[in-house]
Amino acid sequence: MTPRRQRLITVALILSGVGLAVGLALQAFEENLLFFYSPTQVLAGEPPDGRKFRVGGLVATDSVSREPGQLEVSFDVTDNQNTVRVFYNGVLPDLFREGQGIIANGTLEADGSFRAEEVLAKHDENYMPPEVAEMLAAQGHPDQSNKP
Amino acid sequence: MGGYAPYVWSTFGITLVVLVINVITAKRRLRSVREQLKLRVARDARRRSKE
Amino acid sequence: MYLPNWMHKLASPPHFFRISGWLAPWLLWPAVALIALGFYAGLVLAPADYQQGDGFRIIYVHVPSAYLSTLIYGLMAAAAAVGLIWRMKLAYAVAAAAAPIGAWFTFLALVTGAIWGKPMWGTFWEWDPRLTSELILLFLYLGFMSLRTSFEEPTKGDRAAGLLAVVGVVNLPIIHYSVIWWSSIHQGPTIKKLDAPSITWEMAWPLLTLILGFTLFFAGLLLQRVQAEVLERERNARWVTEIMRPGIEGG
Repeated sequence: MTPRRQRLITVALILSGVGLAVGLALQAFEENLLFFYSPTQVLAGEPPDGRKFRVGGLVATDSVSREPGQLEVSFDVTDNQNTVRVFYNGVLPDLFREGQGIIANGTLEADGSFRAEEVLAKHDENYMPPEVAEMLAAQGHPDQSNKP
Repeated sequence: MGGYAPYVWSTFGITLVVLVINVITAKRRLRSVREQLKLRVARDARRRSKE
Repeated sequence: MYLPNWMHKLASPPHFFRISGWLAPWLLWPAVALIALGFYAGLVLAPADYQQGDGFRIIYVHVPSAYLSTLIYGLMAAAAAVGLIWRMKLAYAVAAAAAPIGAWFTFLALVTGAIWGKPMWGTFWEWDPRLTSELILLFLYLGFMSLRTSFEEPTKGDRAAGLLAVVGVVNLPIIHYSVIWWSSIHQGPTIKKLDAPSITWEMAWPLLTLILGFTLFFAGLLLQRVQAEVLERERNARWVTEIMRPGIEGG
Protein backbone atom coordinates (compact mmCIF):
# COMPACT_ATOMS: atom_id res chain seq x y z
CA MET A 1 0.00 0.00 0.00
CA THR A 2 1.40 3.38 -0.93
CA PRO A 3 2.12 5.83 1.91
CA ARG A 4 -0.44 8.20 0.47
CA ARG A 5 -3.16 5.62 0.44
CA GLN A 6 -2.27 4.85 4.02
CA ARG A 7 -2.65 8.51 4.97
CA LEU A 8 -5.99 8.65 3.15
CA ILE A 9 -7.26 5.70 5.13
CA THR A 10 -5.92 7.18 8.37
CA VAL A 11 -7.76 10.45 7.85
CA ALA A 12 -10.95 8.63 6.88
CA LEU A 13 -10.68 6.40 9.95
CA ILE A 14 -10.09 9.34 12.28
CA LEU A 15 -13.04 11.18 10.81
CA SER A 16 -15.42 8.25 11.10
CA GLY A 17 -14.10 7.38 14.53
CA VAL A 18 -14.72 10.86 15.86
CA GLY A 19 -18.09 11.04 14.11
CA LEU A 20 -19.15 7.77 15.69
CA ALA A 21 -17.94 8.79 19.13
CA VAL A 22 -19.75 12.11 18.97
CA GLY A 23 -22.90 10.45 17.65
CA LEU A 24 -22.93 7.97 20.51
CA ALA A 25 -22.19 10.67 23.05
CA LEU A 26 -25.04 12.79 21.74
CA GLN A 27 -27.42 9.85 21.93
CA ALA A 28 -26.38 9.19 25.51
CA PHE A 29 -26.83 12.80 26.52
CA GLU A 30 -30.01 13.23 24.52
CA GLU A 31 -32.07 14.35 27.41
CA ASN A 32 -29.44 16.71 28.76
CA LEU A 33 -29.32 18.43 25.41
CA LEU A 34 -32.97 19.28 25.67
CA PHE A 35 -32.87 23.02 25.94
CA PHE A 36 -36.42 23.11 27.23
CA TYR A 37 -39.22 20.75 28.25
CA SER A 38 -42.74 21.00 26.86
CA PRO A 39 -45.69 21.38 29.27
CA THR A 40 -46.63 17.76 28.51
CA GLN A 41 -43.16 16.63 29.57
CA VAL A 42 -43.35 18.76 32.70
CA LEU A 43 -46.66 17.20 33.72
CA ALA A 44 -45.23 13.76 33.01
CA GLY A 45 -42.55 14.51 35.58
CA GLU A 46 -39.64 14.36 33.13
CA PRO A 47 -37.60 17.33 34.40
CA PRO A 48 -35.28 16.37 37.27
CA ASP A 49 -36.61 17.19 40.74
CA GLY A 50 -35.55 20.24 42.65
CA ARG A 51 -33.42 21.68 39.89
CA LYS A 52 -33.94 24.68 37.67
CA PHE A 53 -35.12 23.83 34.18
CA ARG A 54 -36.73 25.44 31.21
CA VAL A 55 -40.28 25.00 29.98
CA GLY A 56 -41.15 26.08 26.46
CA GLY A 57 -44.45 26.50 24.66
CA LEU A 58 -47.00 29.02 23.49
CA VAL A 59 -48.60 31.71 25.61
CA ALA A 60 -52.19 30.51 25.83
CA THR A 61 -54.86 32.97 24.68
CA ASP A 62 -56.69 34.94 27.38
CA SER A 63 -54.33 33.60 29.99
CA VAL A 64 -52.16 36.63 30.71
CA SER A 65 -52.98 38.27 34.01
CA ARG A 66 -51.26 41.16 35.72
CA GLU A 67 -52.19 43.50 38.55
CA PRO A 68 -52.17 47.06 37.22
CA GLY A 69 -48.97 48.83 38.20
CA GLN A 70 -47.26 45.58 39.16
CA LEU A 71 -44.37 43.87 37.43
CA GLU A 72 -45.63 40.47 38.56
CA VAL A 73 -47.38 38.67 35.72
CA SER A 74 -48.79 35.20 35.26
CA PHE A 75 -49.82 33.29 32.16
CA ASP A 76 -50.36 29.78 30.86
CA VAL A 77 -47.78 28.12 28.68
CA THR A 78 -49.20 25.39 26.47
CA ASP A 79 -48.15 22.88 23.82
CA ASN A 80 -51.78 22.58 22.72
CA GLN A 81 -52.07 19.41 24.77
CA ASN A 82 -51.14 20.41 28.27
CA THR A 83 -50.69 23.63 30.19
CA VAL A 84 -48.45 24.95 32.94
CA ARG A 85 -49.16 28.19 34.76
CA VAL A 86 -46.11 30.46 34.92
CA PHE A 87 -45.53 33.21 37.48
CA TYR A 88 -42.90 35.83 36.71
CA ASN A 89 -41.69 39.02 38.30
CA GLY A 90 -39.54 40.83 35.77
CA VAL A 91 -39.30 42.47 32.40
CA LEU A 92 -40.85 40.57 29.50
CA PRO A 93 -39.18 40.53 26.06
CA ASP A 94 -40.56 42.69 23.23
CA LEU A 95 -42.07 39.77 21.38
CA PHE A 96 -44.06 38.49 24.37
CA ARG A 97 -47.76 38.24 23.57
CA GLU A 98 -50.56 35.73 23.40
CA GLY A 99 -49.83 33.00 20.90
CA GLN A 100 -46.09 33.70 20.98
CA GLY A 101 -43.55 31.02 21.74
CA ILE A 102 -41.75 31.51 25.02
CA ILE A 103 -39.13 29.73 27.09
CA ALA A 104 -39.28 30.18 30.87
CA ASN A 105 -36.34 29.31 33.11
CA GLY A 106 -37.14 28.53 36.71
CA THR A 107 -38.44 25.92 39.14
CA LEU A 108 -41.61 23.92 39.59
CA GLU A 109 -43.49 24.76 42.76
CA ALA A 110 -45.21 22.22 44.97
CA ASP A 111 -48.63 23.23 43.64
CA GLY A 112 -47.62 22.50 40.07
CA SER A 113 -47.14 26.11 39.03
CA PHE A 114 -43.86 27.31 37.57
CA ARG A 115 -41.93 30.18 39.17
CA ALA A 116 -39.85 31.69 36.40
CA GLU A 117 -36.66 33.66 36.91
CA GLU A 118 -36.31 34.42 33.24
CA VAL A 119 -38.76 34.50 30.36
CA LEU A 120 -37.44 34.50 26.81
CA ALA A 121 -39.41 34.83 23.62
CA LYS A 122 -38.85 32.51 20.72
CA HIS A 123 -39.76 33.32 17.17
CA ASP A 124 -39.81 31.19 14.06
CA GLU A 125 -38.04 31.57 10.78
CA ASN A 126 -40.82 33.35 8.90
CA TYR A 127 -40.25 36.90 7.78
CA MET A 128 -42.85 38.99 5.98
CA PRO A 129 -44.18 42.56 5.86
CA PRO A 130 -47.31 43.39 7.91
CA GLU A 131 -49.60 43.41 4.85
CA VAL A 132 -48.69 39.83 4.00
CA ALA A 133 -49.19 38.75 7.60
CA GLU A 134 -52.64 40.37 7.65
CA MET A 135 -53.52 38.68 4.38
CA LEU A 136 -52.51 35.30 5.75
CA ALA A 137 -54.49 35.87 8.94
CA ALA A 138 -57.57 36.91 6.90
CA GLN A 139 -57.28 33.76 4.82
CA GLY A 140 -57.54 31.76 8.01
CA HIS A 141 -53.86 31.04 8.52
CA PRO A 142 -53.14 31.67 12.19
CA ASP A 143 -50.15 33.74 13.26
CA GLN A 144 -47.27 31.49 12.29
CA SER A 145 -44.78 33.10 14.60
CA ASN A 146 -45.20 30.85 17.54
CA LYS A 147 -44.10 27.25 16.97
CA PRO A 148 -41.59 26.60 19.71
CA MET B 1 -36.71 52.35 13.58
CA GLY B 2 -39.14 51.44 16.32
CA GLY B 3 -36.45 51.66 18.95
CA TYR B 4 -34.30 49.04 17.29
CA ALA B 5 -31.96 51.58 15.73
CA PRO B 6 -29.00 51.09 18.10
CA TYR B 7 -29.17 47.33 17.62
CA VAL B 8 -29.35 47.45 13.83
CA TRP B 9 -26.74 50.18 13.37
CA SER B 10 -24.28 48.62 15.79
CA THR B 11 -24.41 45.26 14.01
CA PHE B 12 -23.93 46.84 10.59
CA GLY B 13 -21.18 49.04 11.97
CA ILE B 14 -19.28 46.18 13.59
CA THR B 15 -19.61 44.16 10.38
CA LEU B 16 -18.26 46.99 8.26
CA VAL B 17 -15.32 47.48 10.61
CA VAL B 18 -14.47 43.76 10.55
CA LEU B 19 -14.64 43.64 6.76
CA VAL B 20 -12.32 46.64 6.50
CA ILE B 21 -9.91 45.13 9.05
CA ASN B 22 -9.75 41.99 6.92
CA VAL B 23 -8.93 43.93 3.76
CA ILE B 24 -6.23 45.91 5.50
CA THR B 25 -4.56 42.96 7.22
CA ALA B 26 -4.53 40.80 4.08
CA LYS B 27 -2.95 43.58 2.04
CA ARG B 28 -0.47 44.43 4.77
CA ARG B 29 0.65 40.86 5.18
CA LEU B 30 1.27 40.40 1.48
CA ARG B 31 3.19 43.66 1.31
CA SER B 32 5.35 42.86 4.32
CA VAL B 33 6.23 39.38 3.03
CA ARG B 34 7.12 40.89 -0.35
CA GLU B 35 9.35 43.54 1.19
CA GLN B 36 11.15 41.10 3.45
CA LEU B 37 11.85 38.81 0.52
CA LYS B 38 13.06 41.69 -1.66
CA LEU B 39 15.52 42.74 1.04
CA ARG B 40 16.73 39.20 1.42
CA VAL B 41 17.25 38.69 -2.31
CA ALA B 42 19.09 42.00 -2.61
CA ARG B 43 21.27 41.15 0.40
CA ASP B 44 22.15 37.74 -1.04
CA ALA B 45 23.00 39.31 -4.37
CA ARG B 46 25.32 41.84 -2.71
CA ARG B 47 27.01 39.10 -0.74
CA ARG B 48 27.52 37.02 -3.81
CA SER B 49 28.98 39.90 -5.80
CA LYS B 50 31.56 40.43 -3.05
CA GLU B 51 32.83 36.87 -3.27
CA MET C 1 -2.01 9.87 -9.21
CA TYR C 2 -3.82 10.70 -12.38
CA LEU C 3 -4.99 14.30 -12.37
CA PRO C 4 -6.10 16.44 -15.30
CA ASN C 5 -3.34 18.68 -16.58
CA TRP C 6 -4.92 21.92 -15.43
CA MET C 7 -5.15 20.64 -11.87
CA HIS C 8 -1.46 19.77 -11.86
CA LYS C 9 -0.65 23.27 -13.06
CA LEU C 10 -2.92 24.87 -10.48
CA ALA C 11 -1.31 22.94 -7.67
CA SER C 12 2.07 24.31 -8.64
CA PRO C 13 2.83 27.26 -6.36
CA PRO C 14 4.28 29.67 -8.93
CA HIS C 15 1.36 29.11 -11.24
CA PHE C 16 -1.20 29.52 -8.49
CA PHE C 17 0.63 32.63 -7.31
CA ARG C 18 0.38 34.23 -10.75
CA ILE C 19 -3.29 33.41 -11.14
CA SER C 20 -4.28 34.65 -7.68
CA GLY C 21 -2.47 37.88 -8.41
CA TRP C 22 -4.69 38.95 -11.25
CA LEU C 23 -7.85 37.15 -10.10
CA ALA C 24 -8.16 38.68 -6.62
CA PRO C 25 -9.28 42.18 -7.66
CA TRP C 26 -11.85 40.65 -10.01
CA LEU C 27 -13.41 39.04 -6.95
CA LEU C 28 -12.96 41.85 -4.46
CA TRP C 29 -14.41 44.76 -6.44
CA PRO C 30 -17.66 43.02 -7.43
CA ALA C 31 -17.84 41.87 -3.81
CA VAL C 32 -17.65 45.45 -2.55
CA ALA C 33 -20.36 46.48 -5.01
CA LEU C 34 -22.66 43.63 -3.99
CA ILE C 35 -22.12 44.30 -0.29
CA ALA C 36 -22.85 48.00 -0.74
CA LEU C 37 -26.00 47.19 -2.69
CA GLY C 38 -27.05 44.58 -0.15
CA PHE C 39 -26.52 46.93 2.80
CA TYR C 40 -28.58 49.64 1.14
CA ALA C 41 -31.34 47.23 0.15
CA GLY C 42 -31.42 45.63 3.58
CA LEU C 43 -31.52 48.89 5.50
CA VAL C 44 -33.72 50.97 3.22
CA LEU C 45 -35.52 48.99 0.53
CA ALA C 46 -36.69 45.90 2.36
CA PRO C 47 -39.98 46.34 4.23
CA ALA C 48 -40.07 45.97 8.00
CA ASP C 49 -41.10 42.62 9.45
CA TYR C 50 -44.63 42.14 10.79
CA GLN C 51 -43.24 40.77 14.02
CA GLN C 52 -39.75 42.15 14.60
CA GLY C 53 -40.17 45.49 12.88
CA ASP C 54 -36.90 47.03 11.76
CA GLY C 55 -35.04 44.82 14.22
CA PHE C 56 -35.13 41.93 11.75
CA ARG C 57 -32.70 43.82 9.48
CA ILE C 58 -29.85 42.39 11.53
CA ILE C 59 -30.49 39.24 9.48
CA TYR C 60 -28.60 40.90 6.63
CA VAL C 61 -25.30 40.83 8.47
CA HIS C 62 -25.92 37.88 10.77
CA VAL C 63 -26.92 35.19 8.26
CA PRO C 64 -24.20 35.87 5.66
CA SER C 65 -21.59 35.87 8.45
CA ALA C 66 -22.88 32.62 9.93
CA TYR C 67 -23.06 31.01 6.51
CA LEU C 68 -19.50 32.03 5.68
CA SER C 69 -18.25 30.87 9.09
CA THR C 70 -19.21 27.28 8.29
CA LEU C 71 -18.44 27.40 4.57
CA ILE C 72 -14.90 28.58 5.28
CA TYR C 73 -14.39 25.91 7.91
CA GLY C 74 -15.47 23.24 5.42
CA LEU C 75 -13.01 24.60 2.88
CA MET C 76 -10.24 24.82 5.47
CA ALA C 77 -10.84 21.23 6.59
CA ALA C 78 -10.97 19.99 2.99
CA ALA C 79 -7.71 21.77 2.19
CA ALA C 80 -6.15 20.31 5.34
CA ALA C 81 -7.30 16.83 4.36
CA VAL C 82 -5.78 17.24 0.90
CA GLY C 83 -2.56 18.46 2.51
CA LEU C 84 -2.48 15.51 4.88
CA ILE C 85 -3.26 12.89 2.27
CA TRP C 86 -1.39 14.22 -0.75
CA ARG C 87 1.27 16.12 1.22
CA MET C 88 0.47 19.09 -1.02
CA LYS C 89 2.14 22.29 0.20
CA LEU C 90 -0.36 24.52 -1.55
CA ALA C 91 -3.26 22.81 0.25
CA TYR C 92 -1.66 23.57 3.62
CA ALA C 93 -1.20 27.18 2.49
CA VAL C 94 -4.89 27.47 1.63
CA ALA C 95 -5.93 26.09 5.02
CA ALA C 96 -3.58 28.48 6.82
CA ALA C 97 -4.85 31.44 4.80
CA ALA C 98 -8.53 30.63 5.32
CA ALA C 99 -8.39 30.29 9.10
CA PRO C 100 -8.19 33.94 10.24
CA ILE C 101 -10.92 34.98 7.79
CA GLY C 102 -13.18 32.20 9.02
CA ALA C 103 -12.53 33.16 12.63
CA TRP C 104 -13.58 36.75 11.94
CA PHE C 105 -16.85 35.67 10.32
CA THR C 106 -17.58 33.35 13.24
CA PHE C 107 -16.95 36.26 15.60
CA LEU C 108 -19.35 38.39 13.55
CA ALA C 109 -22.01 35.69 13.57
CA LEU C 110 -21.80 35.42 17.35
CA VAL C 111 -21.74 39.15 18.06
CA THR C 112 -24.48 40.17 15.61
CA GLY C 113 -26.52 37.23 16.86
CA ALA C 114 -26.11 38.33 20.46
CA ILE C 115 -27.14 41.90 19.67
CA TRP C 116 -30.15 40.59 17.75
CA GLY C 117 -31.10 38.23 20.57
CA LYS C 118 -31.22 40.86 23.28
CA PRO C 119 -34.38 42.69 22.15
CA MET C 120 -36.05 39.73 20.43
CA TRP C 121 -35.40 36.82 22.73
CA GLY C 122 -34.62 38.82 25.83
CA THR C 123 -31.01 37.74 26.23
CA PHE C 124 -27.59 38.26 24.65
CA TRP C 125 -26.61 34.63 25.16
CA GLU C 126 -27.92 31.20 26.08
CA TRP C 127 -26.01 27.93 26.29
CA ASP C 128 -28.26 26.34 23.73
CA PRO C 129 -27.12 23.86 21.03
CA ARG C 130 -26.92 26.30 18.10
CA LEU C 131 -25.13 29.11 19.93
CA THR C 132 -22.79 26.75 21.78
CA SER C 133 -21.72 24.83 18.68
CA GLU C 134 -21.03 28.11 16.84
CA LEU C 135 -18.86 29.20 19.78
CA ILE C 136 -17.03 25.88 19.57
CA LEU C 137 -16.42 26.67 15.90
CA LEU C 138 -14.64 29.87 16.95
CA PHE C 139 -12.49 27.86 19.37
CA LEU C 140 -11.66 25.42 16.59
CA TYR C 141 -10.48 28.25 14.33
CA LEU C 142 -8.40 29.82 17.10
CA GLY C 143 -7.07 26.40 18.08
CA PHE C 144 -6.05 25.74 14.49
CA MET C 145 -4.20 29.04 14.18
CA SER C 146 -2.45 28.66 17.51
CA LEU C 147 -1.53 25.00 16.99
CA ARG C 148 -0.12 25.63 13.53
CA THR C 149 2.34 28.27 14.72
CA SER C 150 3.39 26.49 17.90
CA PHE C 151 5.80 24.09 16.24
CA GLU C 152 9.42 24.76 15.35
CA GLU C 153 9.05 22.87 12.12
CA PRO C 154 6.30 24.45 9.99
CA THR C 155 5.36 21.11 8.41
CA LYS C 156 4.68 19.61 11.81
CA GLY C 157 2.46 22.58 12.62
CA ASP C 158 0.60 22.21 9.33
CA ARG C 159 -0.04 18.55 10.04
CA ALA C 160 -1.12 18.93 13.65
CA ALA C 161 -3.42 21.84 12.88
CA GLY C 162 -4.66 20.02 9.79
CA LEU C 163 -5.64 17.05 11.90
CA LEU C 164 -7.51 19.32 14.30
CA ALA C 165 -9.35 20.90 11.37
CA VAL C 166 -10.40 17.52 9.99
CA VAL C 167 -11.54 16.21 13.37
CA GLY C 168 -13.52 19.40 13.99
CA VAL C 169 -15.59 18.83 10.86
CA VAL C 170 -18.02 16.83 12.98
CA ASN C 171 -19.12 20.18 14.46
CA LEU C 172 -20.55 21.37 11.15
CA PRO C 173 -23.60 19.08 10.94
CA ILE C 174 -24.12 19.73 14.65
CA ILE C 175 -24.29 23.47 14.02
CA HIS C 176 -26.64 23.06 11.11
CA TYR C 177 -29.00 20.45 12.50
CA SER C 178 -28.94 21.58 16.13
CA VAL C 179 -32.10 23.64 15.64
CA ILE C 180 -33.88 20.70 14.01
CA TRP C 181 -32.72 17.82 16.19
CA TRP C 182 -33.02 19.46 19.58
CA SER C 183 -35.16 22.04 21.26
CA SER C 184 -33.35 25.31 20.82
CA ILE C 185 -34.15 28.95 21.33
CA HIS C 186 -32.76 29.61 17.86
CA GLN C 187 -35.29 29.22 15.09
CA GLY C 188 -34.91 26.84 12.17
CA PRO C 189 -33.37 27.69 8.81
CA THR C 190 -35.14 30.32 6.73
CA ILE C 191 -33.51 29.34 3.46
CA LYS C 192 -33.96 25.63 3.04
CA LYS C 193 -32.63 23.31 0.40
CA LEU C 194 -35.84 21.49 -0.46
CA ASP C 195 -38.70 23.62 0.82
CA ALA C 196 -39.74 27.08 -0.25
CA PRO C 197 -38.04 29.81 1.79
CA SER C 198 -40.17 31.25 4.55
CA ILE C 199 -39.30 34.85 3.71
CA THR C 200 -40.90 37.11 1.11
CA TRP C 201 -38.90 37.94 -1.99
CA GLU C 202 -38.51 41.65 -1.25
CA MET C 203 -36.85 40.72 2.02
CA ALA C 204 -34.96 37.77 0.54
CA TRP C 205 -33.11 39.25 -2.40
CA PRO C 206 -30.90 41.60 -0.35
CA LEU C 207 -30.00 38.59 1.80
CA LEU C 208 -28.98 36.52 -1.23
CA THR C 209 -27.04 39.49 -2.58
CA LEU C 210 -25.08 39.79 0.66
CA ILE C 211 -24.42 36.04 0.89
CA LEU C 212 -22.95 36.20 -2.62
CA GLY C 213 -21.09 39.43 -1.84
CA PHE C 214 -19.56 38.03 1.34
CA THR C 215 -18.55 34.85 -0.49
CA LEU C 216 -16.77 36.72 -3.29
CA PHE C 217 -15.19 38.95 -0.67
CA PHE C 218 -13.84 35.89 1.14
CA ALA C 219 -12.58 34.37 -2.11
CA GLY C 220 -10.66 37.52 -3.00
CA LEU C 221 -9.20 37.84 0.48
CA LEU C 222 -8.27 34.16 0.48
CA LEU C 223 -6.31 34.53 -2.74
CA GLN C 224 -4.40 37.48 -1.29
CA ARG C 225 -3.58 35.60 1.88
CA VAL C 226 -2.60 32.46 -0.04
CA GLN C 227 -0.22 34.59 -2.10
CA ALA C 228 1.50 35.74 1.09
CA GLU C 229 1.56 32.18 2.46
CA VAL C 230 3.03 30.74 -0.72
CA LEU C 231 5.73 33.40 -0.96
CA GLU C 232 6.77 32.77 2.60
CA ARG C 233 6.72 29.00 2.38
CA GLU C 234 8.54 28.97 -0.93
CA ARG C 235 10.99 31.74 -0.09
CA ASN C 236 14.01 29.59 -0.95
CA ALA C 237 12.60 28.42 -4.25
CA ARG C 238 14.10 29.69 -7.43
CA TRP C 239 10.89 31.08 -8.84
CA VAL C 240 10.50 33.31 -5.79
CA THR C 241 14.02 34.71 -5.89
CA GLU C 242 13.51 35.33 -9.60
CA ILE C 243 10.47 37.53 -9.17
CA MET C 244 11.89 39.27 -6.09
CA ARG C 245 14.92 40.56 -7.94
CA PRO C 246 15.02 44.35 -7.89
CA GLY C 247 13.61 45.89 -11.00
CA ILE C 248 11.44 42.89 -11.84
CA GLU C 249 7.78 43.84 -12.38
CA GLY C 250 5.28 41.99 -10.26
CA GLY C 251 7.88 41.29 -7.62
